[in-house]
Amino acid sequence: MQKNVKQETLGLNGDEAVAYAAKQCDVDVVAAYPITPQTIIVEKFSEYVANGETKTEFVCTESEHSALTACLAASATGVRTFTASASAGLALMHEILFVTSGSRAPVVMAIANRALSSPLNIHGDHSDSMAARDSGWIQIYVENAQEAYDSIIQAFRIAEDTNVSLPILVGLDGFTLSHTLENVIVLSDEAVRQFVGERKIPAVLTHEGKTVPYKLDPDNPMTMGPIALQNYYFEFKRQQEEGMKNALKKIGEINDEYASLTGRSYGNGLIENYKLDDAEIAVVCVGSTSGTIKVIVDKLREEGIKAGLLRLRTFRPLPVEELRKNLKNIKAAAVMDKSMSFGGLGGAVFHEVRHALYDEPSHPPIINYIYGLGGRDSSPSELRKIFDELVQIAKTGQIASQVRYLGLRE
Amino acid sequence: MTTQEWKFTAKDIALKPDLFLSGHRACAGCGPASVLRLIMKATRGPTIVTEATGCMEVVSSIYPYTSWAVPWIHTAFENAAANASGIDAALKAMKKKGKAKHEHVDIIAFAGDGGTFDIGLQALSGAVERGHDFLFVLYDNEGYMNTGIQRSGGTPTGAATTTTPAGSVNPGKLENKKPIADIMLAHEMEYVATATPYYWKDLLTKVRKGLEVEGPAFLHVFAPCPRGWRSDPAKSIEYSKLAVESCVFPVWEAVNGKRQLSIPSKLISLAPQKKRPVKEYLTGQGRFRHLFTPQNSHILDEIQRATDKHWQKLLQKCEQP
Repeated sequence: MQKNVKQETLGLNGDEAVAYAAKQCDVDVVAAYPITPQTIIVEKFSEYVANGETKTEFVCTESEHSALTACLAASATGVRTFTASASAGLALMHEILFVTSGSRAPVVMAIANRALSSPLNIHGDHSDSMAARDSGWIQIYVENAQEAYDSIIQAFRIAEDTNVSLPILVGLDGFTLSHTLENVIVLSDEAVRQFVGERKIPAVLTHEGKTVPYKLDPDNPMTMGPIALQNYYFEFKRQQEEGMKNALKKIGEINDEYASLTGRSYGNGLIENYKLDDAEIAVVCVGSTSGTIKVIVDKLREEGIKAGLLRLRTFRPLPVEELRKNLKNIKAAAVMDKSMSFGGLGGAVFHEVRHALYDEPSHPPIINYIYGLGGRDSSPSELRKIFDELVQIAKTGQIASQVRYLGLRE
Repeated sequence: MTTQEWKFTAKDIALKPDLFLSGHRACAGCGPASVLRLIMKATRGPTIVTEATGCMEVVSSIYPYTSWAVPWIHTAFENAAANASGIDAALKAMKKKGKAKHEHVDIIAFAGDGGTFDIGLQALSGAVERGHDFLFVLYDNEGYMNTGIQRSGGTPTGAATTTTPAGSVNPGKLENKKPIADIMLAHEMEYVATATPYYWKDLLTKVRKGLEVEGPAFLHVFAPCPRGWRSDPAKSIEYSKLAVESCVFPVWEAVNGKRQLSIPSKLISLAPQKKRPVKEYLTGQGRFRHLFTPQNSHILDEIQRATDKHWQKLLQKCEQP
């Protein structure tokens, strides 16, 4: 692989960065339906189509349900597909999320993360994609527009790897990232095309003993999306889990390969360890708020407080070993959740992180902060208080309450 | 669409290998299974089939078996037309990029009445509006038979189903059957037609015409269900004839919006004395049994009146010879 190829800097918001990356990846079919704050992605892509900048078949469906269905069916026909959505749109796709992963269709989807109704709210939080946690999609959450661009390019490689063959969701925080202009360093079309390559179709064995590509092909008729009953369904689901396990390795490999091409990497692709190695207190965060927390960590370090951040970039598959390795020696940790799991003990990220540490002989006391729902801003001073609290917990080992709400009127 | 009149003979279909194969798990006398087998006899080249969740999907694809000798995909209930959209887009993209292996691939989407009249209507309307190149075939057995005979928007008035049982107050379904083919015709599609498996030449010709359209085409096929209709499995094809002769299900086609009765229905329009009373069609179907009682005889009269009214309206809509 060519090292550090020529790149240029463009002024793009997160949505534009996503659309630009999808165009460069030479997607065959895009099927999508507009929803705030994802709209810029479909609008931008429509411009590319209108100006003949891409040969992509762009299908403006009548709903998100049909958008994902069309991507799934196109993917089954053997081509590269992309879609984007948010909030209610992802919720409407919910049924087809499972069908897509179960069909092992490597659809790539950008989600401009947004709150779910009711009450109606168009602003950013993670309620939409966290509710899709168990739908069998790989989930990557980005910190900024640059990472949104880079992750979309990487996503095609991950999803289409024949040992993975799973759909992938790239989450970027609604408005905070989707609508905020940043300097984004981009590769040339040629470099992206070379990195992504042509879509590879897995080979499957037929009942006649022939090896054929897993797609709808009149020369090799295949029945896709069959009914599988008590005697076979379970094995299908178990195989999906293998794809997830393979993805865990693949995400890291592709992160490294991309780094050698561009000079940019995101931790090890799974998590980003920010000053954790000697940290005594740590925050675990997903998405754009990590950027603010890094600033706070730097400030605390200047004050002599050993603070760190674990940014969870890949939420599915969950990098359990990475979480254990990086958090087991911490004295107190807080997990940030931008969505709720009503009636549960804290949010989804908290559940997962705490669960991952359960088998460690010693693990830190962990608290949960629910924050930023419906786009509520979390200021540096509020976020700083979390660390102050962790200092106390580290000292005393006492936790007053496990689940807290940041910046909430109570 | 070409102007060629397709003439399918019994020999043609006997010689053409089946693409919907035996060994499926459909019930004895299943109308939809006969319809699918016949329709697959009218294909003209490489074809991809997609199906909505429903009886025919379930009976034909029980893993690790399949009845499909063509590439086939099922994803969900309400989205057969969206599947077709995706396949169409993929084929077009491959062609644009010089990656297509075939000059042309036909796409057929099959759905039952639930997957068409009701839950599938949005995806169908959207796909037709976008002009995807596919033939949508509705096999109408007039109810949710796969889930145990519940009413659908395609269930006729008076029919008893498990969600419109004939009770002491309600005599089966109270509402009318949705005029689905007219709804599709209102989309200004190039080709819309109705057919039944009894008139198999008519059915096959319409399938071929639908495939020849460069864009969406819609075919509404009458498909008796002995389990759901509580009818004799030996009489499914007979009911497909009676439905036309009683004008309960007239057969017609509309090319570019110009609607014409097909020959079986045209003959009745020319010789109205040949029109059979609706009672003759309803008799023997257990789903209408409760109507043949003195207290419900007025419902039979109403069904006859409504059938006559629809027939007259259809005659007005069709060009008279």
